[in-house]
Amino acid sequence: MPTVAALLVALLLVWLAINLAKGPAYFTNIAFIGLTNGAVYALVALGYTLVYGILELINFAHGDVFMLGGLISATMISAVFGVTTKSSTGFLVLAIVCTLFIAMIGCGVLNAAIEFVAYRPLRGAPRLAPLITAIGMSFILENIAIGWKGPGYTALPNVLPKGDVFSAGGVTYTWEKLIVVLITAPVLAALVYLVQRTRQGKAMRATAQDRDAAAMMGINVNRTISFTFLIAGGLAGAGGLVYALYFGQLRYDSGYQLGLIAFTAAVLGGIGNLPGAVLGALCIGFIQAFNEGLRWHSPGSDWTESIVFSILILILVFRPEGLLGERTPEGG
Amino acid sequence: MRRRLSGWWWAALGAVGLPHDRWLSVPRLTRRAVKTAIWLGIGLALVAAFGVWKTAALAVAAVVALLVVPAWNRLPYGRFFVPLAVIGIVVAYPYYLGSLPQLPVFGPFPQISTMVVMMIFTMMALGLNFVVGYAGLLDLGYVAFYAMGAYMAGWFASNQFAKQHLNLGAVGLYPGWSGYHITIWLVLLMAGIATAIIGVLIGLPTLRLRGDYLAIVTLGFGEIMPQIARNGDNLFGTGFNLTNGTGGITPIDGPGFGNWAQAHLHLPANYLNASNFDSLYLWTSIVLVGITVFCSMRLRDSRVGRAWIAIREDETAAAAMGIPLMRTKTWAYATGAFFGGVAGAYYASYKSGAFPDDFFFNISVFILCMVILGGMGNIWGVIFGACFLAYLDREGLANVGAWINGHFHTNLNVPLYEFGIYGVIIVVVMLFRPEGLIPSQRRAAELHEGVHDDPLYEAETAGA
Repeated sequence: MPTVAALLVALLLVWLAINLAKGPAYFTNIAFIGLTNGAVYALVALGYTLVYGILELINFAHGDVFMLGGLISATMISAVFGVTTKSSTGFLVLAIVCTLFIAMIGCGVLNAAIEFVAYRPLRGAPRLAPLITAIGMSFILENIAIGWKGPGYTALPNVLPKGDVFSAGGVTYTWEKLIVVLITAPVLAALVYLVQRTRQGKAMRATAQDRDAAAMMGINVNRTISFTFLIAGGLAGAGGLVYALYFGQLRYDSGYQLGLIAFTAAVLGGIGNLPGAVLGALCIGFIQAFNEGLRWHSPGSDWTESIVFSILILILVFRPEGLLGERTPEGG
Repeated sequence: MRRRLSGWWWAALGAVGLPHDRWLSVPRLTRRAVKTAIWLGIGLALVAAFGVWKTAALAVAAVVALLVVPAWNRLPYGRFFVPLAVIGIVVAYPYYLGSLPQLPVFGPFPQISTMVVMMIFTMMALGLNFVVGYAGLLDLGYVAFYAMGAYMAGWFASNQFAKQHLNLGAVGLYPGWSGYHITIWLVLLMAGIATAIIGVLIGLPTLRLRGDYLAIVTLGFGEIMPQIARNGDNLFGTGFNLTNGTGGITPIDGPGFGNWAQAHLHLPANYLNASNFDSLYLWTSIVLVGITVFCSMRLRDSRVGRAWIAIREDETAAAAMGIPLMRTKTWAYATGAFFGGVAGAYYASYKSGAFPDDFFFNISVFILCMVILGGMGNIWGVIFGACFLAYLDREGLANVGAWINGHFHTNLNVPLYEFGIYGVIIVVVMLFRPEGLIPSQRRAAELHEGVHDDPLYEAETAGA
């Protein structure tokens, strides 16, 4: 099996190298798209991995929390702040920062509430019970979105500047892509600080490692779990804002597909492992962009989901600990 | 059976001064009389709610008298009476549907076409019950088997493969047909076997995974297969049209027994040409459901069925007792897939088409919801859940929505929130009654006491 895996990876690299040789500038542009996708996936994948690390639960409703975050952001930006394409840059930045906080807080509270209602009563039940309620919650959230916005797409004005940050030799990097990274990076930095440096983060790591022992050390386990869901929801809210800004439209089922892709990213990196989730998200982002963008023998966007889910299945079957190993986020 | 239903019921009666043992000290005949009176009262109260008295009241009284009054369990072969009576009531449904009254809130009784769909979903839910109910494996991609069955019917009973020319007992072919046309009866079996093989192929690498990983992997397969179906009109750029892409394969042949059988045995030659074709489909689906129920019961009590339940309850202990985990789980998976495939092929024949949208993830959850609502592991519960939810899906929700809008002057589109309603059902059932409405006693005990459900590989490393 390792030989087969090595062969596959080698083929992939050869394919990438040939594509790179055929058009280096084009290849780089596609890679920028992958980086941007990966940043969005990272925010969502971290939520999966945080919750999995602490509860060993696949929070199936996470993708839909992300979707609601996107809808909240779209509403805030277009209806509450009334941002249009003509708004000044200062106002735009202010609106985005305010929306970011509101979406993060809203989704965080929502996610913690879901944990309280649907998962906490099932702490001692068989492992599949909370997974089943998670699926139920996912459908409930989608229908909340339908009731709120209707089944159609909610679009928001194309507010991000489209100009180039730099452009050299056919390689262009646009502001909208940079802004996605500019929103994502501080959120990730704050998360790393929170998990690694604060008392609450230490409690999270301890609970993930051994819930009973953590409780004996005086950690309020239930509150720590709620806090983890709050953080995960906040990340999903930030992801929702970024997605709404960058892709410009979303609807009730946008979270389902993206949630599965982000979960794949978390598994690819090693579920429960925070850096792994970011790495996995970037990998998936690149794979998706290369698959859909590259010209030489790429399967194309018709097959993106199949490729992503094949990766998921292969990883789960042959290397369930993911790229970075570690089944629990003991290292944070 | 009696004892199982009674738990909270007797607790409630005990609270108002009628403990169970005192009830049992009453002579048996008196008890039976009291029970009959209660059932008659419930039946007549329902009739009164419909507002139609004479015929309906008589019918209800007759049914209650037949089913409840005699102690069927004590008579020789008596245990077959109630199931046979229920089958008779369902088989005769097309004949008395016209004289049935309107229900309050839910409106008219389901049409025959809805009954067919209810039966088909009952089959699928019973198939999923092998996996989820008996073996305790969560399968979120069950729809893949159903859709594979549908596509099997599409490949072997339609004009899909234009270069081929094969007729094996198919009925109702038009001049100029092409492709494979095998009689639906054989296609049902082929679809079942093919999906069972696919179940084994999917299961072999994945069934060693832990429960929640398995759920996600099955979900992944459930997402990959529709994409193959959608893109299958030009596989790998070779121009080979396997699935006809987003258009799907349509039309698909109907079932039938051919002219000889019609002339000599009075069996319908071709369902699609018959005037009562919905009824024919209904009766056929009742036979299929009957076979599924029979297999469910016999397999549950067989050696492999007991092994499934043992694995569900405690994998480690089961393995220690010498149960081959992988083989047993794979059997559960293949059996579930078999019935999903048969149901899918039959449904494809009924709606005369196989489409990529058949793979919709929501259908997996829909079927899962049936199993959970009715009671995981309990055949009668699953049948109830499947019939009720399939009815809601086809007619019930629209009727209830119309009633709500008419009475409260609202403008709700209730069917739009269908899956939200299922989500609420799933969450509420899992939180408050995880064993479902009609529980299997064993499953209920597990869900309430909690079980040691660490999978084997973790138990191996737990001491380390």
